[in-house]
Amino acid sequence: MRHIISILMENESGALSRVAGLFSARGYNIESLTVAPTEDPTLSRLTLVTRGSDQVIEQITKQLNKLVDVVKLLDLTEHRHIEREMMLIKLKVQDADQRAEVMRMAEIFRGHIIDVSAATYVVELTGDSDKLDAFVESMSHFEVIEVVRSGVMGIARGDVALKL
Amino acid sequence: MELTGAEIFVRCLQEENVDTLFGYPGGSVLHIYDALYRQDKVEHILVRHEQAAVHAAEGYAKSTNRPGVVLVTSGPGATNAVTGIADAYMDSVPLVVFSGQVPTSLIGNDAFQEVDTVGITRPCVKHNFLVKDVKDLATTIKKAFYVATTGRPGPVVVDIPKDITADKCEFQYPRSIKMRSYNPTVKGHPGQIRRAVDLILSARQPVIYSGGGVILSNASRSLTELTRLLNYPITNTLMGLGAYPSSDKQFIGMLGMHGTYEANMAMHHADVLIAIGARFDDRVTGNIEKFCPNARIVHVDVDPASISKNVKVDVPIVGQVDSVLKAMIKEIKAGERRPDPEPLENWWKQIDEWRSMDCLKYDRDSELIKPQYVLETLHRLTQGDAFVTSDVGQHQMWTAQFYGFDKPNRWINSGGLGTMGFGLPAAIGTQLAHRDETVVCVTGEASIQMCIQELSTALQYHLPIKVVALNNRYMGMVRQWQEFFYQGRYAMSYMDALPDFVQLAEAYGHVGMRIESPGDVEGALKEALDMKDRLVFMDFITDQSENVYPMIPAGAGQNEMILL
Repeated sequence: MRHIISILMENESGALSRVAGLFSARGYNIESLTVAPTEDPTLSRLTLVTRGSDQVIEQITKQLNKLVDVVKLLDLTEHRHIEREMMLIKLKVQDADQRAEVMRMAEIFRGHIIDVSAATYVVELTGDSDKLDAFVESMSHFEVIEVVRSGVMGIARGDVALKL
Repeated sequence: MELTGAEIFVRCLQEENVDTLFGYPGGSVLHIYDALYRQDKVEHILVRHEQAAVHAAEGYAKSTNRPGVVLVTSGPGATNAVTGIADAYMDSVPLVVFSGQVPTSLIGNDAFQEVDTVGITRPCVKHNFLVKDVKDLATTIKKAFYVATTGRPGPVVVDIPKDITADKCEFQYPRSIKMRSYNPTVKGHPGQIRRAVDLILSARQPVIYSGGGVILSNASRSLTELTRLLNYPITNTLMGLGAYPSSDKQFIGMLGMHGTYEANMAMHHADVLIAIGARFDDRVTGNIEKFCPNARIVHVDVDPASISKNVKVDVPIVGQVDSVLKAMIKEIKAGERRPDPEPLENWWKQIDEWRSMDCLKYDRDSELIKPQYVLETLHRLTQGDAFVTSDVGQHQMWTAQFYGFDKPNRWINSGGLGTMGFGLPAAIGTQLAHRDETVVCVTGEASIQMCIQELSTALQYHLPIKVVALNNRYMGMVRQWQEFFYQGRYAMSYMDALPDFVQLAEAYGHVGMRIESPGDVEGALKEALDMKDRLVFMDFITDQSENVYPMIPAGAGQNEMILL
């Protein structure tokens, strides 16, 4: 099953490679990984998406907790939660019809066109991973020049929180 | 007063009561060596290779339960230490390894003797640090000792760039340390302890399976008390030998690949398994699908990640072994309930039947020296009271089977990583920690050559180690597997062009003996053990064809042993 694990860790060089190294050393897979400092500059929040049986996920969370730089973690998929991912997608648009269609689709998906050139549009889109996949799918008859995705981040609903 | 980083380093070791430091100098640690030169509280032991420094520190740590401390230079100093660090990681040995690093201004420039030590050691340390400011040095060292010795112990590496050791700041050693990201559990959950005791007392065919965690947690006494209180059979892992007296009638031997028939059969037929400070290693479980098919399992371990890693358990208890065992004993003693004597009696009858197979038998009338006989004789002459280190292979298994450890911290071997070359340097560290005790290194002619240069260290520090080399002219365990599983194609396992070990020992300034007939074994051992102030290298020419029995072949179940 797919799990989103959010980790608070010491904002120190090497902390990220400890997490990444753990996954490669123990043969776990990482689908996506995103990391940035939090409002407390001594802490980083890392969110990763992984897949595995319950037993594998249990080991992953235990092994992560064992890393000395990991302060606290939360498996968001065990709680009601919101997940978001951001995508920037650059499309070739060659005529007015194509421009109109991209604008219309972007609007349907609640995206924005954030860059325009003579032959390209860049669309910014936020949502869960399925929604981004669906947008890429719906653009299949366009020439997609490049796609960049942030990786998944998430937050629990209600009172549940990952904080110290 | 302001001190240099190098002086701070030395003061920190003194604050941690480090009496022995194993190391080898080099460019980036010269300031530190200069500071060591100007003090006399920390004794520095100069090894001949950095790998040996780490193994020696492991021997020191395993035989004392105090952290072993190592100092190596940058680059090759650090990479040579990696095998030892990985070894300590696998066996949960508390170590603090300091490595020099090129000056901060040169890091990343491919400078002379530069290597990314923190990166290279990351997967085989409990934690590691790169010190970037002299102001952080004392706190980092405090953290390193704290992390290495608490929770599940392990090696911690502290990488110190050369300029940091010259920089100055005020020295103050922190009294205590708190880390928000590191809080090992000590006490077991009371509810889980009650559930465990309920299950334990309901057992009809119980086995206590205890490992190295008992020794690391100084829990040997509590383990013995609990085992006797219950009158249950107990087996020890390779790492756990000595935690329960092997001469006791409740001890059913080591378990696992080369464990006793009775231990493995008892495991296979157990209805309740009480795992204490053991980690269900593949050499213990054999085929996991066939492991303890009928048992409900209690597992006590300080490391939550060890629980349900290989085998799903029914009652997990995270906590320090000694603390949990004491709580269990208290819980049992407070209640009326005791194990049902009748099924237990039948269980013991069954175990005695398995015991009567005498699975460790060997040919006692052979005209060749049987390695088992050497170890039995060694046990008898030392009253089972020596500190015994070993290398890796057949001789290691025979020592585990035949030496018979009655006390903890006496059996010092490389269990997890299986590092040939471990034995001699480990004996050096052990002897340094126990100057007046008998320290024996049991080895083979192949293993000993992997760190034989340490004979020189042993001479320099007057360490009267007794080296028992079981010389069968083969990498014995490799040969055994080739005999069993490769139709006797002995690829590269024959040890050709061996040195004359007697002359070699003498060249290093020690006493050498060659023993070629069974009738001379006891006399030679006696003579060697009587030489209290000399290292004696005993080269026992043993039966080349001898194999370690019993054996569970890889992939087989515990009840599928090969017996002699």
